[in-house]
Amino acid sequence: MADKIATREAYGKALEEFGAVYPDLVVLDADLAAATKTGIFKKAYPDRFFDCGIAENNMIGVAVGLSLTGKIPFASSFAMFAAGRSFEQVRNSVGYPHCNVKIGATHAGITVGEDGATHQCCEDIALMRTIPGMVILNPADGVEARLAVKAAIEYKGPVYLRFGRMAVPYVYGDDYKFEIGKASVLADGDDVAIMATGIEVEQALAARELLAADGVSAAVVNISTIKPLDRETVTAMAKKCGAVVTCEEHTVIGGLGAAVCETLAETCPVPVLRVGVDDVFGRSGPAKELVSYFGLDAAAIADRAKRATALK
Amino acid sequence: MDEKRLAELSEISRKIRVGIIDAVYSASSGHPGGSLSIADLLTYLYFEKMNIDPEHPDDPDRDRLVLSKGHCAPGLYSALAHRGYFPVEDLKTFRKTTSYLQGHPDMKHTPGVDMSSGSLGQGTSVSCGMALSCLKDGRKNRIYAILGDGETEEGQVWEAAMFASHYHLSNLTWIVDLNGLQIDGPISEVMDPAPHEDKFRAFGWNVVHADAHDFNSLEKAFSEVVAPDRPGVIIQHSVKGKGVSFMENNVAWHGAAPNAEQYEIAMRDLGER
Repeated sequence: MADKIATREAYGKALEEFGAVYPDLVVLDADLAAATKTGIFKKAYPDRFFDCGIAENNMIGVAVGLSLTGKIPFASSFAMFAAGRSFEQVRNSVGYPHCNVKIGATHAGITVGEDGATHQCCEDIALMRTIPGMVILNPADGVEARLAVKAAIEYKGPVYLRFGRMAVPYVYGDDYKFEIGKASVLADGDDVAIMATGIEVEQALAARELLAADGVSAAVVNISTIKPLDRETVTAMAKKCGAVVTCEEHTVIGGLGAAVCETLAETCPVPVLRVGVDDVFGRSGPAKELVSYFGLDAAAIADRAKRATALK
Repeated sequence: MDEKRLAELSEISRKIRVGIIDAVYSASSGHPGGSLSIADLLTYLYFEKMNIDPEHPDDPDRDRLVLSKGHCAPGLYSALAHRGYFPVEDLKTFRKTTSYLQGHPDMKHTPGVDMSSGSLGQGTSVSCGMALSCLKDGRKNRIYAILGDGETEEGQVWEAAMFASHYHLSNLTWIVDLNGLQIDGPISEVMDPAPHEDKFRAFGWNVVHADAHDFNSLEKAFSEVVAPDRPGVIIQHSVKGKGVSFMENNVAWHGAAPNAEQYEIAMRDLGER
């Protein structure tokens, strides 16, 4: 096993793997199969792969029709188009009738890299969160991405899966049990709870090391199901640590940070500082550089964690 | 079609129109014009053409209908009620807070509704997905979608049209209700989608025309629209508000309810008085 894998790559491989197990699994793409990695499924199951061309809104509707006739469709495109362009199709044709459609959105966030702002979707979690009944999964690594695909197949109802372009290290081993709606505490701590999602889990774990060197004990929680949020774990960790930092490759408006704040305001009001894209558009650059440029790296998280503990 | 059957269908469509006016009048809102223009089409589909069974509304082999112009829900509801999916009396609960008869079709709560709809253009893609799935599974059923003529101004309609042709969805039939009016006025003035025939042909569809208020014409069109390797569309030439004198060809009745006096005139026009 390679040290690193992009969650989109794990997504494509998982589709291929589970295609053998679930004959009703079908996959749609909008002319991006090579990039979203659904091409891996296409190669294995050409009869169950439907390219919709560059027409995402139609693709979402076709997926709905497939779901209403017994199929389990995964509709794939970049997050910008799947959640952004097609928001209203997802809201009215998928969400309102609660159809069994899975949206596999890749290239989420700023780590799209050089393609720049038009393709760096930092709003998809916020958009999808507003749709009643929508499940939102944002896996942290290749292991979790695979299990999230399996869970989405087995779950009856709409699921939005968020995958990244950039390779990320493995956080989990083969013994990991993934469950929709359950956050996982990756490392315990006492002074501050860092709640991270997606690629930010790697940065949060690195930040924990930086904090430990400075005598700050940080817990790290991976929140891969953003909706429904694991309110129990979020509340328990906030209670235990007394301060929280949220980390996401997404605008600080309406994403994980917002969801955590909304919960803790009701259950355990403690200081919460949010690491995320700070209400600005993305820009071109190597993905790794952009993580630092936008203040999403381990150093930025560690700094925010210290400030959060000072607010206690 | 023999005279006896023609008379039966005419009587059913008359009742469906009465149901439309009852529903809209009870709700004091709704869309009677476009519902009345498809009343004969719905009669033909639900009472003559479609392979459906109100006792088994979830049969996977049934024919399916997507009312892509979902605002014409009163027409669909009235047809479903008269076909036996739910009590005709319930039409009077249309648009009421606790009713299952929502302002636009809600498949989760209304028996016989194959897809929730209302946001224009979206039903066309859903009908493509249904057709693709059934075709791949070797089912013998057919998938229908009813579109407004104004609705064809939506870009998604043409994305779906391209898709249906590309995947040779021969089990798919769309009906475009060409009544010539949309909310802001005549379609030719607001944003002319004409010529529909040339556009659909260019997109690879089989195109036929029908008189929307003549069952023999509809029967002929539904027979000729089926092609072995491609989707088909019936452009049905209709009268918006058909059957109610003061609503006919009057854009004001796209989305308005009659008052008590107008209700009486409508009932008289429809032979209820």
